[in-house]
Amino acid sequence: MELLLDILSWACLLGGAIFLLIGAIGVLRFPDFYTRLHAVSVCDTLGAGLVLVGLMLQGGLSLVTVKLLLMFYFLIFTGPTAVHALASAALQGKLKPTLDEHEPE
Amino acid sequence: MEYLIDIVLLGLLMITGFAIVRMRSLLAVAMLTSIYSLLSASLFVVLDAVDVALTEAAIGAGISTILMLATIALTSDEEKAPKHTPLLPLVVVIATGAALIYGTLDMPHYGDPTAPVHQHVASTYLHDTPGDIGVPNVVTSVLASYRGYDTLGEVTVIFTAGIGVLALLGYRTRRRNIQGPGIRKLVVLRVIAKLFFPLILLFALYVLFHGDYGPGGGFQAGVIFATGFILYALAFGLGNAQRVIPHQLLRIMAAVGVLIYAAVGIESMLLGGKFLEYRVLADDPVTGQHLGIMLIELGVGITVTAVVLIIYYGFVSRRD
Repeated sequence: MELLLDILSWACLLGGAIFLLIGAIGVLRFPDFYTRLHAVSVCDTLGAGLVLVGLMLQGGLSLVTVKLLLMFYFLIFTGPTAVHALASAALQGKLKPTLDEHEPE
Repeated sequence: MEYLIDIVLLGLLMITGFAIVRMRSLLAVAMLTSIYSLLSASLFVVLDAVDVALTEAAIGAGISTILMLATIALTSDEEKAPKHTPLLPLVVVIATGAALIYGTLDMPHYGDPTAPVHQHVASTYLHDTPGDIGVPNVVTSVLASYRGYDTLGEVTVIFTAGIGVLALLGYRTRRRNIQGPGIRKLVVLRVIAKLFFPLILLFALYVLFHGDYGPGGGFQAGVIFATGFILYALAFGLGNAQRVIPHQLLRIMAAVGVLIYAAVGIESMLLGGKFLEYRVLADDPVTGQHLGIMLIELGVGITVTAVVLIIYYGFVSRRD
């Protein structure tokens, strides 16, 4: 049981780290603001979320897990909201997405 | 392992510092200073200074960034290119830095148990706090009780800062409630703001009244409380926020907080103690200390909330 929990939690932590890395690479490599936002939101939800779930499995039934759950709750609400607000602010500021110009008509 | 975290955090701090110096876009600089504060807060956590970390995260990364963005919205978001050569400032900075580093060579190593600071005052506080004051958080006992005078001074400084901003920026009462981009665009933001507004206020109260047991206290709680209202103002417009907590009330609150603090001191004098000597406030000295600390933290919280909101209102109400 202990071993199973450990394996699960490490899988979550590693998965979260991988998603964070993917998000960071995406922010650097994607061509324009909107696609970069897409990469950032991966960091916020999947990356941080999986890391928190992994830590919760490590914490077991304790006050730490309750605090982590609260953080998880905050993150899944605030992350997407922040990205949404940024995207709509950019749209409001007339920032055009970069589009593929060789698109077939 | 801890060294690794230290090195990574300090390295990121340095990178952020250089980026701040090099950037010309002030919006980016404001965000980078926020990151800088967050990194410093993490460093404080590594150093086990959670009270300071909470303050740095709430004030440095939270409120200052909002105030800087509000300032940029009033002025320009592009830094002017300097007209003079940066040589002389560079020499001055390098000389000062070298002198400071030279100064640290005489300092005892970090964590050295024979360092003067661990021999003298700190050990007295650590030793006497359980008997004298009976609160688990020694930082609170030092800040609110042993060094109550200093904290009264700090609250007065914050109050003065609020007055200064009022005198410089003034406040425009006559304004319509600008709806911004229309309700449909903001609906997600508003629902989430409504969801989190009470939670933020509740958390602020927890930080305020739990400050003698865990990290926290009046300063942090005041800022968090004000952040809740700023979130409300951002999502629903300044006009609506002012209907919840009007500017008139804030001016009174800023003074009331300092007055509560000073009144606790005078009350303890009237009861036969010295100024801010809380143990005469109740029959039992330890209960008196608890009561005194709670009251002055409440005063600090009220003043900080009011001043932060006064500054925010002052900046935002000018943007028309």
